[in-house]
Amino acid sequence: MKNLVILGAGTSGTMMANHLRPKLYHNEWNITIVDQYKTHYYQPGFLFLPFDTYTEDQVKKVGKKLIHKKVDYIQKKIEKIIPEENKVELEDETLDYDVLIIATGSKIAPEETEGLVGPLWKKDIFDFYTYEGALALRDKLREWEGGKLVVHITEMPIKCPVAPLEFAFLADSFFRKKGMRDKVDITYVTPLTGAFTKPTCSTALAYLLKDKNIHMESDFSIMEVDNETKEIVDYEDRRIPFDLLVTIPTNMGDEVIERSGLGDDLNFIPTDHNTLQSLAHENIFVIGDATNVPASKAGSVAHFQAETLTDNILLYIDGYPLKKEFDGHANCFIETGNNKALLIDFNYVTEPVHGKFPFAKIGPLNLLKESVFNHWGKLAFRWIYWNMLLKGIPIPFVSRNMSFKGKVFDIKPEIK
Amino acid sequence: MSVKTIAGVEVNVSEEGYLEDMSQWNEEIAKEIAGEIGIELTPKHFEVLNYLREKTAAKEALTIRKVGKSGIVDIKELYKLFPKGPLKFSSKIAGIPKPTSCI
Ligand SMILES: Cc1cc2nc3c(=O)[nH]c(=O)nc-3n(C[C@H](O)[C@H](O)[C@H](O)COP(=O)(O)OP(=O)(O)OC[C@H]3O[C@@H](n4cnc5c(N)ncnc54)[C@H](O)[C@@H]3O)c2cc1C
Repeated sequence: MKNLVILGAGTSGTMMANHLRPKLYHNEWNITIVDQYKTHYYQPGFLFLPFDTYTEDQVKKVGKKLIHKKVDYIQKKIEKIIPEENKVELEDETLDYDVLIIATGSKIAPEETEGLVGPLWKKDIFDFYTYEGALALRDKLREWEGGKLVVHITEMPIKCPVAPLEFAFLADSFFRKKGMRDKVDITYVTPLTGAFTKPTCSTALAYLLKDKNIHMESDFSIMEVDNETKEIVDYEDRRIPFDLLVTIPTNMGDEVIERSGLGDDLNFIPTDHNTLQSLAHENIFVIGDATNVPASKAGSVAHFQAETLTDNILLYIDGYPLKKEFDGHANCFIETGNNKALLIDFNYVTEPVHGKFPFAKIGPLNLLKESVFNHWGKLAFRWIYWNMLLKGIPIPFVSRNMSFKGKVFDIKPEIK
Repeated sequence: MSVKTIAGVEVNVSEEGYLEDMSQWNEEIAKEIAGEIGIELTPKHFEVLNYLREKTAAKEALTIRKVGKSGIVDIKELYKLFPKGPLKFSSKIAGIPKPTSCI
């Protein structure tokens, strides 16, 4: 018997287990998946928890139940990967592998920024990238009486790069509905030059910030949080005061990647952009947030990657050359508040474009334009996530590579 | 893409003025681009520029964090050398493509 081991049972690991089990003979291959936690969280829901739009129950399920019955699920912490010996050390046992898939994701590392985890942490400073953080922020927002709200990104890359901007938009709607928007100042602080990571988006969507009266501070690289004056401070001593700071701390791969000597300086694993094979070891493949590929760290991206990686694992096992197929395709809904959303579609080389999705000219979803339809799409994504995406059921009409049909290349990025 | 004469040499540059071919770079070109930005280059600047060029040639993605850990400068010093947009300006002066790691 041969062993295929999957590390991490989040979005990517779960998809890979469910894709591969029906395709590998049971008398030839064991499939084992390892995760430290019992619960699988729907992370996109963390954006809605703070505003009381989703309840706790809507964003979590028991991880094992989402995975094919013929896959061994081990709930243990992964201590070390030893590629030279094709072994993985867990808390109290060692697994041998013939093929390894690393899907350990990325997580916040607030301790990377001085003063972040200080006296104000979880009192006036919050994150919403963790379940606990999102709930603590929800409790804070229920009683907050207003002041300066600063929504802040520490450094790129972060998972779901549009989530902080969505948070700012939803905060605007939230305070309006509560009848206290006049008591809240919203400032959006980014290390980038524009609000979006993609220049065409910044051009097409600049009006959104203005309409919602959100002030932007760009090119801000945080050095520290001054807990005494309640300010964030950058390397050029620019200071931005806050009463409530909602920050996206540095995102890093898990420490197990560092312990195993497999990562870069943020613990992301050097990975072939198109095949998803690790650059250092040919029987190790990497998927989702754990890679260093220059695509968005998003569930939708992991979904496209999973289709390519499934084919490539089968090719690898049979000794064929791998497909250089993954093109960085990302497809993200962006909540803009007031029950509207945008949809963007892009890849490694093509900027987001206008047009209709998934059917050329028909849609029904609009690319790069706000609509109620898109908002329903975002809410439907939760159902799709639990019922189709994780199970490896293809989403109709949405292909792994970016399609150029029905798309209009009419926006020129602003040149700075 | 267009052709521009910098320090007497014809080079290919992107719309934003980044060199398209890092092998066309030399120290004089660096000085002239730096001058346009308003930076006067010192030996310390060149240490950083050479580091950026080495890493780019080795196909490693560059980030401010990475330069801060290079042992040449920390992040604060990097900002002192290339104010306002340390990675953007240093890349432009180093004759390498605009950093795109921010997705
Ligand atoms: C606030 C927020 C909003 C988002 N919104 C969207 C969205 O709208 N659309 C979208 O497509 N994506 C969105 N995302 C991103 C999406 O959730 C992630 O990209 C996706 O979950 C990545 O999947 P993954 O499997 O690579 O990592 P994860 O799902 O994070 O899974 C990694 C797993 O590995 C396990 N693990 C790691 N290290 C160890 C160890 N040492 N031992 C044992 N187990 C370990 C972890 O416990 C975890 O279960 C959002 C994310 C956040 C935080």
